[in-house]
Amino acid sequence: MTTTGTEHASAPGREDAYQHRGLKRLTGRIAARMDRLRRWYRGLPWPQRALVLLLVAVAAYLLPYVGDIPLIGPQIVTVHTDWPSALFRMSYFVLLALGLNVVVGYAGLLDLGYVGFFAVGAYTVALLTSPDSVFGTKWVWLAAVPVAVAVAMVSGLILGWPTLRLRGDYLAIVTLGFAEIIRITADSTPGFLRGDRGFGGIPHPPGRNSDGTALFGVRDATPYFWLGLSVVILVILAVRNLDHSRVGRSWLAVREDEEAAEIMGVRTVKFKLWAFAIGAFVGGLGGVMFAGYQGFMNSSAFVLQFSILILAGVVMGGAGNMPGAILGGALVSYIPDRLTGINDPLFHNDLAQWRFLIFGVAIIVIMVFRPQGLIPSRRRAMELKDRAKEVAP
Amino acid sequence: MSEPIQEPPSSRDATGRHRTDEPAATGPAGDPAPVHPTDPRALLEVDDVTLRFGGVVALDHVNFSLRQGEIFGLIGPNGAGKTTCFNAMTGVYRPTSGQIRFAGAPITGLKKHQITRLGVARTFQNIRLFPEMTALENVMVGVDAHHKTSVPGALLRLPRHWREERTGRARSMELLRYVGIENRAGEAARNLAYGEQRRLEIARALATGPKLLCLDEPAAGFNPAEKDSLLALIRSIRDTGITILLIEHDMRLVMGVCDRLVVLEFGRKIAEGVPADVRDDPLVIAAYLGVPADAA
Repeated sequence: MTTTGTEHASAPGREDAYQHRGLKRLTGRIAARMDRLRRWYRGLPWPQRALVLLLVAVAAYLLPYVGDIPLIGPQIVTVHTDWPSALFRMSYFVLLALGLNVVVGYAGLLDLGYVGFFAVGAYTVALLTSPDSVFGTKWVWLAAVPVAVAVAMVSGLILGWPTLRLRGDYLAIVTLGFAEIIRITADSTPGFLRGDRGFGGIPHPPGRNSDGTALFGVRDATPYFWLGLSVVILVILAVRNLDHSRVGRSWLAVREDEEAAEIMGVRTVKFKLWAFAIGAFVGGLGGVMFAGYQGFMNSSAFVLQFSILILAGVVMGGAGNMPGAILGGALVSYIPDRLTGINDPLFHNDLAQWRFLIFGVAIIVIMVFRPQGLIPSRRRAMELKDRAKEVAP
Repeated sequence: MSEPIQEPPSSRDATGRHRTDEPAATGPAGDPAPVHPTDPRALLEVDDVTLRFGGVVALDHVNFSLRQGEIFGLIGPNGAGKTTCFNAMTGVYRPTSGQIRFAGAPITGLKKHQITRLGVARTFQNIRLFPEMTALENVMVGVDAHHKTSVPGALLRLPRHWREERTGRARSMELLRYVGIENRAGEAARNLAYGEQRRLEIARALATGPKLLCLDEPAAGFNPAEKDSLLALIRSIRDTGITILLIEHDMRLVMGVCDRLVVLEFGRKIAEGVPADVRDDPLVIAAYLGVPADAA
């Protein structure tokens, strides 16, 4: 069996090379704590695991109140941005990371244009609900949701089907093109997708508070966060179900050795298409929530950087496993937001201008010292290059 | 297109039968005569298959047939086209001309997973397990070939999913026990010993429920004791009713277990028959050992 091309940090040579660097020690300590935590969790019997997860979920719903915790609270919450808004942003970033994880981490299909599905979901909602829309249908948000995710799924199949034979780099370029096509189409069709004029007046999700005001209003982002969190939990359960079934096995087999998988009877085409469809569905779901929260959207939200950012989050967190994708997605949203509003000591400038630099450095540091991601998949290695195995003639 | 090289007059006619028509010595079991392409007992028929890669002719009008229940050996020097033949049979390559039939129905041009579902399974010369999956999971992928749980079915955890998971797991453990590695079921495939990996590949291929099992150099790198053990396993598999097609370099193993052989050289069939005949065939000897420089 050929050895893999990816380097694991457990390979002795690489570890020693960085032994004396202080940064290595820091990331190493964090990583070691995480590994210990994982081992403890995996050692628990099933009912206790469920309890732990339930507690974590409850804690997640209480996140909007973290700022009230004495001492550490103010250190955690974002300064410039409204904390619940930042939390909501984290929730749809996590949702996108989970969806991308299915495509990239599970099925091994390198997708550089994931924002495309997000855009399809958001634009479909806008077209169906906004008074600016050429359709003029003016539906309520909730009615547009199933249509939007269905359209997103179809777009996933449209992207997936012709790209099935493509490998690695070529697939990446085509998926990148897909996302850019959507954005450029948006900019080029002032009558239809309305470029940077965008759509306004997109209705919010339904619901009323006990005092009669709208539940999903414009002032408090907390209900949006709770909605986002609930969707994230549902997606986690769904993806977990798929992972622990023949679907997950087929995806993993396709990732490990696609040709051998097909020779063992795996319907590679079908499962790759499903991966795209599911990824697109989840991406569309993110777009739907984004549109419902913003009320206004234009093409500037769907730039290529966003795709790269989500991908960076997935890889940094640890592709191929859900805790990794969740952590990566959350960090990718949280770190830039957290740095906004802090003044640097030297020039007294808002660190917001520097945040992407700092954020970039953080990613580089993590990937150099922990290439398998903060939460490495127990048994899945992220393959960014296609492992093309030639059957010996 | 290349002109066929003039061959020296052969003791065999076009179908591989001896011109003298004397009955050949019988092999370990069964009828030694070559199987005629339209023989109803034929399980696999490679019918005049040619496979070209650009200018290279990897298989040149190869013709042979396998009978149900026999252990058939495909031998020849390195580069003769044996693995290419396997690849053509399992849908990895598409023959430039000719046809391959399985149980009477043509399989040339079918997709790999369709061929597997029809009942053709294989192992690989250079072991292609799924390295990060456990031994059990590797075998379960094979069992999944015949499962019908759909993606929505798995998502919603319908009864079929639970049923197929349960039976699949049981069947996989049974297969691991059959090849003798059930104690390594939970181990990642890349951590298994070489011999265990070869056995796991066989278990995974058997999991797809084949009628024909193609083994590509299953004993490569084995010591004599391991080879004997593998021989016993191959015979045992045949005894369950599965036909076996074997590529192997170890002549003792081939002679000891195969009912019939076909010999390839440079993509062409140069001999066919029972091991005893093939071993003595001057063409075969020349192919493996070379011809003296001053031979006529």
